[in-house]
Amino acid sequence: MAGIPHDHYEPRSGGEKWLYRRLPIAGLVYDTLMIPTPKNLNWMWIWGIVLTFCLVLQIVTGIVLAMHYTPQVDLAFASVEHIMRNVNGGYMIRYLHQNGASLFFFAVYLHIFRGLYYGSYKAPREVTWIIGMLIYLAMMATAFMGYVLPWGQMSFWGATVITGLFGAIPGVGESIQTWLLGGPAVDNATLNRFFSLHYLLPFVIAALVAVHIWAFHTTGNNNPTGVEVRRGSKEEARRDTLPFWPYFVMKDLFALAVILAIFFAVVGFMPNYLGHPDNYIPANPLATPAHIVPEWYFLPFYAILRAFTADVWVVIAVEWLTFGIVDAKFFGVLAMFGAIAVMALAPWLDTSSVRSGRYRPMFKWWFALLCLNFVVLMWVGAMPAEEPYATISLIATAYWFAYFLIILPLLGVIEKPLPQPATIEDDFNAHYSPSTGGGTPVAAE
Amino acid sequence: MIRKITLAAVACFGLSGGLATAATGDFVPHTTDVAFSFEGPFGTFDRNQLQRGLQIYTEVCSACHGLQHVAIRSLSDPGGPQLPEDQVRAYASQFDIFDPALDDTRPRTPNDHFPESGMPNAPDLSLMAKARAGFHGPYGTGINQLFRGIGGAEKIYSILTGYTGEEKEEAGTLFYENTAFSTGWIAMPPPLADGQVEFADGHDNSVSSMAMDVSAFLMWAAEPKMMARKQSGFVAVAFLSVLAVLLYLTNKRIWANVKGNRHHA
Repeated sequence: MAGIPHDHYEPRSGGEKWLYRRLPIAGLVYDTLMIPTPKNLNWMWIWGIVLTFCLVLQIVTGIVLAMHYTPQVDLAFASVEHIMRNVNGGYMIRYLHQNGASLFFFAVYLHIFRGLYYGSYKAPREVTWIIGMLIYLAMMATAFMGYVLPWGQMSFWGATVITGLFGAIPGVGESIQTWLLGGPAVDNATLNRFFSLHYLLPFVIAALVAVHIWAFHTTGNNNPTGVEVRRGSKEEARRDTLPFWPYFVMKDLFALAVILAIFFAVVGFMPNYLGHPDNYIPANPLATPAHIVPEWYFLPFYAILRAFTADVWVVIAVEWLTFGIVDAKFFGVLAMFGAIAVMALAPWLDTSSVRSGRYRPMFKWWFALLCLNFVVLMWVGAMPAEEPYATISLIATAYWFAYFLIILPLLGVIEKPLPQPATIEDDFNAHYSPSTGGGTPVAAE
Repeated sequence: MIRKITLAAVACFGLSGGLATAATGDFVPHTTDVAFSFEGPFGTFDRNQLQRGLQIYTEVCSACHGLQHVAIRSLSDPGGPQLPEDQVRAYASQFDIFDPALDDTRPRTPNDHFPESGMPNAPDLSLMAKARAGFHGPYGTGINQLFRGIGGAEKIYSILTGYTGEEKEEAGTLFYENTAFSTGWIAMPPPLADGQVEFADGHDNSVSSMAMDVSAFLMWAAEPKMMARKQSGFVAVAFLSVLAVLLYLTNKRIWANVKGNRHHA
């Protein structure tokens, strides 16, 4: 499968040969598990396994929850309480599912930012990156619809606010919103379709994950140096890589065990810490909560959505230029989706020939600022829409767009990169054993 | 559309009128931090306290409020008040329920739930201890909750002990000043008075002590599986920690011949 030269599966026993002629499934599993993997991968390369685990955890716990849940406006809230109180182990399954979403997003953000730092999005891995972005969008849709299902106050009002975004589209917005909701407002029809789609989308994600893995198994993994694996011969490739099994499987499983120990501590000792208390109040269409706040993992993009109020000059200018078609509300929606779109376009916006941020002295600082900026956006997203938070969110939003649209294209031109190691083997030996290979020493991070 | 708005306005007015007056400017509700026995990873419910809390709930709160999500049988569950089953049966039979199968009322059995709120403006208390946060911030970061807990039970305690004695009448409803309520003025009259509930064992029945007991009971009502959950948490963390150590050693062993032994043995 991979373009890196390595030994392929050979059926040995009679049974294997029999099966191989009919269905080469053992070969597929073998090639997937034995894929040559750059041997210098660091601990930021473990999130893929964590994410795969999260998907399985969410699907398994979700299927069990669906056995006991009732998607009907008068019964949904009580059915969740039934799960929490009467179903055997139901409280654990539900808290695992609820906090599993948080672990999923925690891991995906680290995974995405790892990709942004080490240039994993750059050629030839653009397709892997784009599919990853599609997975992220599908995750957001799934998580949003899942949050509506307990039919608490935040479920209801969150659904009202987010579907209202589509209502902001000029002309057809209201029709789209009505079509999404199945009526003029969030109601039983909405709950039913959200339940149906919340069940469906994870399987779409699973399919996208398979393609994501297929794509990067075709190009090979990126690695902390950003230097490609040598492909001249099997021997060269062997000096740069190790098979995924057992080296990286064991490393990833160790990391997963550590992360799960922390995860289970959260689930066991503070399962409601990341949630909002208002969602334990049954949905009431007549009482709007004082602050409608999304879950933490949506806060950065929620901040971007709210940043562009009608008094911001960019909004005023655009509204005037478009004869009022793009108003503040629609501008906010465009900005929110645009924020993800510019990230998805990173492969074509980054002009630097150097892949890894490790060898980009200026990029490092701008990237660190982007990470800080993301945390700031998350923080202002949780604050009320008033000063000074409105100004902070506007500045942070501006930086988000500037990073992708201005800084990444410019840096490639003005930055003088540091020398990169010639091979992955050199980098690995510089960190570990100089005795086994005569690579030139390279400054470690 | 106009009908809808009017309907919503009337309903909001009715609801907010029943609960509180409009938000009053810069009022910041105060929550007292109580050292409850169930706090922290090692915290457990105090069975005697839950039983006292049940008595206070039954004699005082249940006049207006309900616990519609709580099954009466759960009073005998482990990790709760753990009343003997005959007492639970006797407790249940005090409350009648309409049974559609009989087309008549009958006494409740342990399999029925607690009665619902008797007054439309009195919220159901099943989840009250999880539906309010006593502690916030600082600056919206939620760090306080990490150290002090979310504080739902503390919020209830603070409401019950937060009356200042001031009253005011607004639109025909009497409001009571309360330092813990979100707006500072609450429609619920002070429910507890010193010595109001007599405990069989002669336990302290001051307002503060009773408020603590009933807050603990409501925390149990909101999270009846808390002790089982914490136990599962300990088993999972212990198991995963051992697994992590074993995987660490395995991983180290596997990589030893690749890495050599300059930095990492």
